[in-house]
Formats: sequence, C-alpha cells, structure tokens
Amino acid sequence: MAGLLDKKRERDEAEINTASLADIAFLLLIFFLVATTINVDTGIGMTLPPKLEDQDPPPVKERNMLTVNVNDQGDVLLEGEPSSVARIREEVKTHVLNYGQDASYSTGPDKAVISIKTGAETNYDTYIRVLDEVWMAYREIWDGIATSNQLPNGESAGLGQTYPSYNAYRASLGPEADNVIRDQIGAQISIAEPDLGQ
Amino acid sequence: MSSERFQKKSSDTDPSITTASLPDIIFMLLIFFMVTTVLRETDIQVRTRLPEAEALTKIDQKRLISYVYVGPLKTGENSGETAIQIDDALIENRAAIRTIMYSKLQEQPKLIVSLKVDRESPMRIVNEVQQELREAGTLRINYSSSREATS
Repeated sequence: MAGLLDKKRERDEAEINTASLADIAFLLLIFFLVATTINVDTGIGMTLPPKLEDQDPPPVKERNMLTVNVNDQGDVLLEGEPSSVARIREEVKTHVLNYGQDASYSTGPDKAVISIKTGAETNYDTYIRVLDEVWMAYREIWDGIATSNQLPNGESAGLGQTYPSYNAYRASLGPEADNVIRDQIGAQISIAEPDLGQ
Repeated sequence: MSSERFQKKSSDTDPSITTASLPDIIFMLLIFFMVTTVLRETDIQVRTRLPEAEALTKIDQKRLISYVYVGPLKTGENSGETAIQIDDALIENRAAIRTIMYSKLQEQPKLIVSLKVDRESPMRIVNEVQQELREAGTLRINYSSSREATS
C-alpha cells in the first residue's frame, strides 16, 4: 500500500501532450484560408456632371458630338444610322482622331464628345457594353500613344520614353503627377437622361 | 575500430526534430489570416449579377467606397421587383438616397460610389439613382463589373 503511494508521487511532473495543438491550429488556419476572399473591386469609373442650377449645359458643336442612341430593345443608333455595339469602337476612334479632316467628325480630340443616350427600359447590361466599347476606343488610342510616345497627329506626346501599354504608363505615375496622355486626349463621355415619356 | 566509433555516434543522437515551434508558426499564419479576413457585414437582399466589361479600373482604396445595390429582390412578397439597397436597408423612397449619400460625403470627401447593378435592371432606375447622386454631390461613381470571361 505504502509502496503504491510512493510510486504515484514520483511521476507528478506529468505534462499535457502538445502535439495536437498544431493540428487544432491547422484546422483554424484552413478555415480562415477558405473563408478569406481577397477581392479587388473592379468596374468602369465615371464622373457624373455636377448639378446645374438653372443654367444650360455648355454648347457643343454638332459635328463634335458623336451620339450613340440605344433603344429599349438594345438596338444601337450611331449618329442616326442603325448600327451595332461592335462598330462603336472604330467609329469613336475615327471621330476622336479626325483632327478636322472629315466634316462629319470632330474638329479635334479635345473637342470631341461622345454622348450616350438610352431608353428607359434599356437593359443595364446593354448600356455597360456600349459604355465599355467607348472606353475601350479611348484605351486603344492611349495605348498607341504610350507605346510610341507620339500623338496620333504625329506630334511628340512628351512622355520622355515609351511604355509597353497605357496601364504601365499610369502605374509609373505618382499619385499627384499629371497624366500627360489624358491631358491631351481626354475621354469626354456624356450620359444623357433616358427618355421617360411616350 | 572505425565501425565501432560510427555505431556509437548513431546511438547517441536523437533522430527526431523537435516540433515544439510548429504550433507557433501555425498560430502566426492563423493570426495573419484572422486579421486580414473581412467578413461580410451587410446582408444583400437584392440579386446583383454584375455585367462584364473590358475597360476596367481597380479601386485600391477600399475605405473610399460606398456601395449601392440595385437589382430584383431575392425574397419577400415583392420578390423579383427591382429594388435599391444601401448598406443594410432597402430604399423605399428614392429621395432618401441623396440624404444618405450627402452624409456619407461629409464623412469621406473623396467618396466613390460603387454601383452594383444587376445586368437585367432597366436604365430608368439607374438614371434615378444617378440623379440622386448628383443632388447629393457624390459625383465619382464606378459601375461595378467583372472581367469578361472571353478574350
């Protein structure tokens, strides 16, 4: 009896096995790994026009305006001519880079305005596809400037060097630096209010 | 003689690597993911299947963004009807958007409004929201869209 008691006292420094602690931590780790979604918000950035108090919007010459009309069914009218979403990109590029040559297109890239007008029941998806095409036209123009350091009319863009793409040029800019490309050919997209009548 | 020495050595050393620091490493990783995880704080009551686009820009500063959800209601008696949701609440009165957005703009002057609009929504509603945003003065918007699957 006494011998038994003695034996118990001898192993009083027993420890809890910590080998399973790693397993528990792993389980929690895997849970958070799965639950974490590092998603970056992407989208098409726009700036709305400020609210006008009893004053008319600035006049734009008819030839400088490229109107894109989309009806409720999703059909596209480009300058009054029936067209398709796929043709918008080329049309916008010729309009912006006309430099006053063709009388039906713009007088210069700084004057060119793209006006998008939708119907009240037009699908948002259609509108985004049209807007995307217009932005992609500008992107392609900007890409051309960034890769060649030349404006479409042959003048130097003054970038100092060439870049593999417009995005690479933008990434190289500091937060306060001027975007030279956009200063010279800025996207001027006007979104008209849809027709609510009829 | 040499074989004797070799045998001695191998019997002396303990071959197992100590695993005591393993939990520490795992805990470090665990704490990293716990800190970086953002659990969704708003319950989105409208369906927003975003449109696809090519000319996308990234918004890096998440704290500048405020979301406006537009799409058909997922549940309830008016299920399927297009509704507008800001934060946790559905907007019954369209004119309420300008007061909500105005107060958000006061807190964050560089506010970007991300419009998460379902692709089937009619432009009438998108336009109403935009007019309200103009009233509020929150002019920087972003049509949230995902990258095109093709190309």
